[in-house]
Amino acid sequence: MSEKKSAKKASSPRSPSVPGSPMDVGLLQQIISLMATNDLNTVDVRDGNRRIILKRGAAPVAVPMAAAPAPLAASPVAAAGAASHTPSSPRDEEASFKSIASPMVGTFYTAPSPDAEAFVAVGSSVAEDTDVCVIEAMKVFNNIKAECRGTIAKILVQNGQAVEFGQTLFLVKPA
Amino acid sequence: MFSKILIANRGEIALRIIRACREMGVQTAVVYSTADRDAAYVKLADQAVCIGAAAPAESYLNIPRIISAAEITDVQAIHPGYGFLAENAHFAEVCRSCKIEFIGPSVAAMAAVGDKVECKRLAKKVKVPTVPGSEGSVDDERAALAIANEIGYPVIIKAAAGGGGRGMRLAHNEVSLRAGIAAAQAEAENAFKNSTVYLEKYIEHARHVEVQILADHHGNAIHLFERDCSLQRRHQKLVEESPSPLLSDETRQELCAAAIRLVKAAGYTSAGTVEFLVDNKQKHYLLEVNARIQVEHPVTELVTSTDLIREQIRIAAGEVLSYKQKDLRQTGHAIECRINAEDPARSFAPCPGTIEQLRVPGGPGVRLDTHVYAGYRIPPNYDSLIAKLLVHRPTRREAIATMRRALSEFYISPIKTTIPLHLQIMDNESFLSGHTDTGFIERTMLAK
Repeated sequence: MSEKKSAKKASSPRSPSVPGSPMDVGLLQQIISLMATNDLNTVDVRDGNRRIILKRGAAPVAVPMAAAPAPLAASPVAAAGAASHTPSSPRDEEASFKSIASPMVGTFYTAPSPDAEAFVAVGSSVAEDTDVCVIEAMKVFNNIKAECRGTIAKILVQNGQAVEFGQTLFLVKPA
Repeated sequence: MFSKILIANRGEIALRIIRACREMGVQTAVVYSTADRDAAYVKLADQAVCIGAAAPAESYLNIPRIISAAEITDVQAIHPGYGFLAENAHFAEVCRSCKIEFIGPSVAAMAAVGDKVECKRLAKKVKVPTVPGSEGSVDDERAALAIANEIGYPVIIKAAAGGGGRGMRLAHNEVSLRAGIAAAQAEAENAFKNSTVYLEKYIEHARHVEVQILADHHGNAIHLFERDCSLQRRHQKLVEESPSPLLSDETRQELCAAAIRLVKAAGYTSAGTVEFLVDNKQKHYLLEVNARIQVEHPVTELVTSTDLIREQIRIAAGEVLSYKQKDLRQTGHAIECRINAEDPARSFAPCPGTIEQLRVPGGPGVRLDTHVYAGYRIPPNYDSLIAKLLVHRPTRREAIATMRRALSEFYISPIKTTIPLHLQIMDNESFLSGHTDTGFIERTMLAK
């Protein structure tokens, strides 16, 4: 909406565009092409009390409120700053992935014991009853099953990390 | 003092505890179910852990998950709030065996007062009058009939493991008693996993008057006077106030002294409430003891200028009570109206859903304890209490006038609430004169 207004202002003879100000159409075109070349998705330009915000590509993922509690897991898709615009195809692919979510509250471990090998790694094939990790709660170790078929595409938590109910642990590319 | 505590509850009481902790500089971790994921109060805690699906058994009643949440957030204590696991001795035991303090009484004290039959026995020992009834549990119809004939009808059949007004049946004669006993035992087994029932004389036209107590681990036990909770519907409190209108000073002193004797005999610590029935001749009888902080605790906080949640946390951390009995006074008059998301026009059918518009009351003498806000979705899985509206004024007359004003300012849409019912109560002659009892609401205002 504000972009439309600014464009109108810029072309009106009563408020001639001031070269170098946010309302300068020529400058806007330069900024737009700079955004494309440098893969930027948001540019916010101010000049005195005039301001224009240019956005391109997919909307950035919302940044949590300042007062949000410390999340137990660092969210893998947390947006930060400008360069979060990813090309569309890997995004679409990820949307088709299945997720393995934690059925309980506890501590996540990648292997059955400290010196053993991890149950799975990125690229491992899994079937419904494949053990993918262990979650420990109150000194009881629970083997967590994949409950889906495919290959591990992403591991979203770290060994020894605290996890909550419903937290996504793995992304699986369906077979 | 604890550096971090876990709040094993939800809604307005979770928010109340978070507030007390923030003022004390204690870090907080709160558990939440998937139904409460987006609730704003969750964001006020320092940490939040999702422990399960909406159903209480999967979340707020799930001991392993709550303990697990306490372990991964590395807390020193758990506050159970009210309801859910607040009076669950097993939960208290598990907490303490995991070296996590349970903010409430000891398991032994909980057991001593939690079982209604045992509590009556203890009361008799310390000369606290109890309602005439079966000495212990009633096992069969024959025993029930014998006792009822002795104490006289009407009688009430109660579940020993019940509470919060549930698991009770009235019997006016032999026929209804015969039918009632078996049904009550079956209901109790189903609801509380304990079919033990007992009989009591039904005290008609009684007032429900309860005494708030606090006791620490240093032998100090104090009372914070009484609350009158006579206005009820189906044994659920609607309005509470302090001081109790029409209660003589003598009766007040006796009730408070009796409450102290009882909690001392039980070795009780933390906050608790001793409930009595008072008949129209000021004769009083012990009803039960609630071994937890209660919904209506702010009524006492207002008239005595105390902070009961803070005291609970301090007591659990081993500190001495902040207040001395001789310094406590009831000042002015406080009233609380429980605002439920229920439709009075449709038999109080619960009204979950999203609150689209909300305008809250304010001004002098008004306190509002609520977790809701415009845009909040009331989940259908839990009780319907959405706000506690309180007033505190120098006299009862002024308190009622302020409550009327506050209720009329309170706008919630499109959710139906009990605000209109409370407005009616504030205009009711009998309520204004103080002449009400536990059957009043149902007899006069809700009778078809």
